[in-house]
Amino acid sequence: MRALCWEGVDALAVRQVPDPELRNSQDMIVRVRRSATCGADLPLLAGRIPYLAAGDVLGHEFLGEVVEVGPEVRRHRVADRVVVCAGIACGACWFCRQGLFACCDNGTTDAAAAESAWGQPTAGCYGHPGPLGGFAGSHAEYVRVPYADVGAFTVPDAVSDDRAVFASDAAPTGWLGTELGEVTPGDVVAIWGAGAVGQLTAGAAALRGAARVIVIDDHDDRLRMVERHVGAEPLNYRQVDVPAELRERTGGRGPDVCVEAVGMPAQRPGLLAGRLGGGADRPLALREAVHACRKGGTVVVLGTWTGFVDTFPLGAVMNKGLTVRSARQHGQRWIPMLLDRMARDELRTEHLATHHLPLERGPDGYALFRDRTDGCVRAVFSP
Amino acid sequence: MARMAGPDPRPGRWQVVTVAGRPEEVLPGGRWPEPLRRLGGAVEVEAGPAPGGRGTELAARPLDGELRLPGLAAHLIGDDPGRFVRQVLREAKQLAETGEVLRADRSRLDRTGVVG
Repeated sequence: MRALCWEGVDALAVRQVPDPELRNSQDMIVRVRRSATCGADLPLLAGRIPYLAAGDVLGHEFLGEVVEVGPEVRRHRVADRVVVCAGIACGACWFCRQGLFACCDNGTTDAAAAESAWGQPTAGCYGHPGPLGGFAGSHAEYVRVPYADVGAFTVPDAVSDDRAVFASDAAPTGWLGTELGEVTPGDVVAIWGAGAVGQLTAGAAALRGAARVIVIDDHDDRLRMVERHVGAEPLNYRQVDVPAELRERTGGRGPDVCVEAVGMPAQRPGLLAGRLGGGADRPLALREAVHACRKGGTVVVLGTWTGFVDTFPLGAVMNKGLTVRSARQHGQRWIPMLLDRMARDELRTEHLATHHLPLERGPDGYALFRDRTDGCVRAVFSP
Repeated sequence: MARMAGPDPRPGRWQVVTVAGRPEEVLPGGRWPEPLRRLGGAVEVEAGPAPGGRGTELAARPLDGELRLPGLAAHLIGDDPGRFVRQVLREAKQLAETGEVLRADRSRLDRTGVVG
């Protein structure tokens, strides 16, 4: 089959690779119809994630059609149209039973590497190397889906492919942000980052009754998008003093919930350590969120961070009594609800797919997405 | 003083995983679960309830603090008995919880006749 492979630092190519196979009885094979780029791919593309090897297939946010099921798959049949959670979780361990699917004990084939990196293994993720599963990604014609009954969900007929594909990762991540922030009616929620995750966090906050939702970015096209589709208030950080603006708009209190949806920079130019996974990043948006948040409020870290950060304002966290929370999304918990909301037109996501491209143009799609040129929010591939 | 990671001063320590389920489910009739059973005579095993309904704490350690692996296993695992026991415990946990051990995708090197 054809697949988009990582070839080295900032180098991608569409190659012929072996078709996936059923390797466990709970596996199924999905023919991919849509597969989206994601900010979490950019550190991979830049060669900042150890263990990634030339030839590995990228992509984790996808939707497709079931073409083969293992003998223990009960919920899906051939020809089902399914969206697959980007995270790979067993559904049976203690963490999955608590709804903490991203903390699954059994989602990776290289638990030792995950323990070495983070202390304990976590759920796997398609298109990521060893500590995060070591499973091939979705920018391909076909994908193997482990624990298919747990991670794949039939898409209602009323929901288009272009809408449903974001139920795989961006929409549950946005919902996670408001869950971790415990957003309730009347809250003021500020979100750093107007990419797909930031926009869907804003949408989730609005659905949960936030009184005001403010989104901070420097791309006016993205800010206009979140203003139009969610009704959020845009702030361009190149044009305003963000902390002062947030104080003014919140009666001097600061936002109740501050969400960082930016993540680690894709590149750390000039540092060999960055290429080797060492060194530390400077979390500028996170620092601003901590500074802006009201006393006793909650700061949520949604952006992709894999290693260390430097100059984190722990003093402000302590003295203001902040709660800092973070996670990867527990999509298995929320995808059915999100698909229902999509079917009812409460949650619209298709506008985020600004660029539809054939898989063969995968490298072009990532260049658009990485450089944010031509108004690109997400490039979505159709194999 | 900074605390530095280094070789475990107790390489024969107990390795422990927590398995969803009660002890009598994890070790029915007191029988060790696979693949731990294959290490009979080389390790000792203990099990007890985890606090707060978190399942069963399943522990194993090499007898006499040393695990002598047969040739191929020693080649694959190296000379770290703790790591080997931990891997076996993880597999026992996965089998008990999900019914199978998650297998990696086959690499292209594992397959013959594929184009690269």
